[in-house]
Amino acid sequence: MSTGDGVPAPRQIGPVTRTDFVRYQGASGDMNPIHHDDAAAARSGYPTAFAPGMLPAGYMAAWAANWLGLSRMRRFKVRFVDQLWPDEVVWCSGGIEARRTEQDDSYLDLWLRCETTDGREIARGWATFVVDSESDLH
Amino acid sequence: MNDIEGLEGEEFVMTVELGKVREMARATGLSDYVDVVAAGDSSPPTFLTTQRNWQTGSADTWRLAGLHERLMLHAEQEYVFHGPPPPVGARLRCRSQITKEWHKDANSGKRLHFVEMTTWFRGADGSLIAEARMTGVEVLSDGGGGPR
Repeated sequence: MSTGDGVPAPRQIGPVTRTDFVRYQGASGDMNPIHHDDAAAARSGYPTAFAPGMLPAGYMAAWAANWLGLSRMRRFKVRFVDQLWPDEVVWCSGGIEARRTEQDDSYLDLWLRCETTDGREIARGWATFVVDSESDLH
Repeated sequence: MNDIEGLEGEEFVMTVELGKVREMARATGLSDYVDVVAAGDSSPPTFLTTQRNWQTGSADTWRLAGLHERLMLHAEQEYVFHGPPPPVGARLRCRSQITKEWHKDANSGKRLHFVEMTTWFRGADGSLIAEARMTGVEVLSDGGGGPR
């Protein structure tokens, strides 16, 4: 895994709030109460409401898209590892996993991570971008 | 046990609305993009998660499979774009199918039940623009049976 080649610095987000969760829920249409209602979360066995998994996924995708360009993204995958709780701060980061060429198009495969400031992994991801040349990396 | 594999809902139409795109961009930290995005620009990478706003009734494959009533957690999500992500203003013809169902024994001794649903997003001419694969998981009680 490379961390050079013009890879941008990790991005810090937070402390995340219930307002962040609700804003995402309104945008996505996922109004599951365990993401904003502590009582509903408790009934499902959680100590408090927690972030929808697609929120840190969106943070990771945004980090990558801000670097290489939204219109160049061809794949994004996320695996949800752990809950993100209110008031936690996360880092989004990533790097280059592979460069490859298919039918005259050049691609960059990235690895992505979202973890709390104390190193607890929230989600891991993978993304593929189509790139014109090495100059796209800088 | 693959009771629901192959189950497919009816086609539904989803519009990539500018206001919804801006909401999603703001919520996920695409701050530079929010104020400049316009018709024809690519939508955010995870925007297709808003399909739930359009996928109702007989198009709601997850519900048809009886999964809304179960304690399914989101395990994985994947988007594949066959070109730039769908542009703002696009009207997408979409259909979802339960493409995989499987079980796995966890280290804890619990049995896990996974379900994958794939959604295909097509343009007006039928060309494939994007695919979304959502994987849900539930923990079954010891020896199988119902949800946790």
